[in-house]
Amino acid sequence: MASSVARRLGVFVLSLLAASVVIFLIAQALPGDVARIMLGNEASQADVDALRAQLGLDRPLPVRYLEWMGGLLHGDAGTSYLSGAPVSELIAPRLGVTLWLTGLALVLAVLVAVPLGMVAALHRRDAGGFVVSAVAQVGMAVPAFVAGIVLVAVFSVRLHLLPATGYVPLRSDPLGWARSLVLPVVALAAVQASVLTRYVRSAFIDVLTEDYYRTARAVGWTRGLAMLRHGLRNASLSLVTVLGLQLASVLVGAIVIEQVFVLPGLGQLLLEAVAQKDVLVVQGIVMLLVVFVLLINALVEVAAVALDPRVGEEVA
Amino acid sequence: MKRLELGVGVTLVALVAAMAVVSFVWTPYDPIRIVPADRLLRPGPAHLLGTDAFGRDLFSRLLVGARSCLSVGVISVGIAALIGVPVGLFVAQGPRWLARVVLRATDIAQALPALLLAILLAGVFGGSTTTAMVAIGAAAVPQFIRVTRAGARQVLSSDYVAAARSAGIPRWRTAWTHVLPNIGALIGVQASVTFAMAILAEAALSYLGLATQPPTPTWGRMLKEAQDFLYLQPGQVLWPALAVAGGVLGFNLLGDGLRDRLDPRLREAA
Repeated sequence: MASSVARRLGVFVLSLLAASVVIFLIAQALPGDVARIMLGNEASQADVDALRAQLGLDRPLPVRYLEWMGGLLHGDAGTSYLSGAPVSELIAPRLGVTLWLTGLALVLAVLVAVPLGMVAALHRRDAGGFVVSAVAQVGMAVPAFVAGIVLVAVFSVRLHLLPATGYVPLRSDPLGWARSLVLPVVALAAVQASVLTRYVRSAFIDVLTEDYYRTARAVGWTRGLAMLRHGLRNASLSLVTVLGLQLASVLVGAIVIEQVFVLPGLGQLLLEAVAQKDVLVVQGIVMLLVVFVLLINALVEVAAVALDPRVGEEVA
Repeated sequence: MKRLELGVGVTLVALVAAMAVVSFVWTPYDPIRIVPADRLLRPGPAHLLGTDAFGRDLFSRLLVGARSCLSVGVISVGIAALIGVPVGLFVAQGPRWLARVVLRATDIAQALPALLLAILLAGVFGGSTTTAMVAIGAAAVPQFIRVTRAGARQVLSSDYVAAARSAGIPRWRTAWTHVLPNIGALIGVQASVTFAMAILAEAALSYLGLATQPPTPTWGRMLKEAQDFLYLQPGQVLWPALAVAGGVLGFNLLGDGLRDRLDPRLREAA
């Protein structure tokens, strides 16, 4: 197990390097000269050149890449060209919003999906299971941002129960914070819960055909108990794997949801930076998101080995 | 129930396609003509679904919106398949180290989903229909490589391929005459699921203003405009929301239905 963890760590580092090169190259291709944008159209070419030199834009690509990577290793993602603030200082206050949104949505999705998937598996041959599967299928088809707009139309516009937009920091007003996050979290969780329900259902159906399940039933365990005692652990393996794979799409969903509810998170910063060609901010945010996804997926692989030792042997 | 799945899927896909086709021949009003006197009309006999804040007919816009949804879907699935299938076929026959490298690369690529790639590309080239197509297509390439490789390896290990190879038929010909026809259905399933993902991504991108630019109507943009006037006319959200969900549901069901037809064992399990 130790060697398989070490090997995964190596793969993880290589993945990070590959991802960083790709992100760097795409972001550097942003058209328009940042120096020209900063100084305006009236500035003389000499001034623009001077600013380019000051920002380090006149140096070759590989040098700039190494500088950026070297900075990242020290936790320094560079300085925003436009605002002059360090990228990490721009990201830090917004990170919380996006992480709360993503984390709460995932927790809610799991809490909904596990019992629903279990019911759908146990009742797979009757109307109850059909209804759960059908609802999950429809839920998968509604994009999170559409669900968000519909929720606002119902709960904010019609019923006046919850705020339509805006964010309240947790420290200043916990109740206001919770109220501002209810609708975005539910909108984001709905799609994920639908996807997860389908995976949980098929994982539990697999359990139903196993010998240990039949034995448990034969010695008199009820269906629910046999499912909980034996099924949950087996289903958890596929659940954890799917969660890791879904993480990227949840984060992206959060970026769009932030626009719907005007939440001051990473998504808002990213879209602003793209519009203003603030390259280092774009690079920094995308890199952060990708690191996060790769890291969680590496942890998922390790967790999969812990949950089921056979997995480690198979791959090796 | 499986028949129902396929049936509903085909119906929804046909409905979206019909909307796009009809929009070329006929729309009740000009979908982009601004008529200030007709602002925010409620649904009625003159305007079936009402009008938006610029007095444009919502039903006409909904019909025309189906076009960009389908064209982005077709082109991006086409890009993904044209790159992913040949690469997958090649990797399936190549040496083992190549397969390991390529599969690991597809793993990494999954950390950069379609929308994030599209946001990056929109920054580079400006938001347009083309950047949306390219980004969504590029993001779907890894899945096509994986599916093609897995399917091709199964076919390559069969006796008839061994027979063809020992009869001296070159690799590329076996790939063309034996492997490709046998994994065609598998690729069809992948194409259908990718199409659903493309509709989702296109809607989100045009909602963010990073895909097809105005005045061309898209479902995502209609949702954005409906959101801006949510307090005056909340009902406007309904139809573009249903259109997006219907399109995605259609292609997802189509993919699921095809998959179950391919694998009879699944039919028994469910």
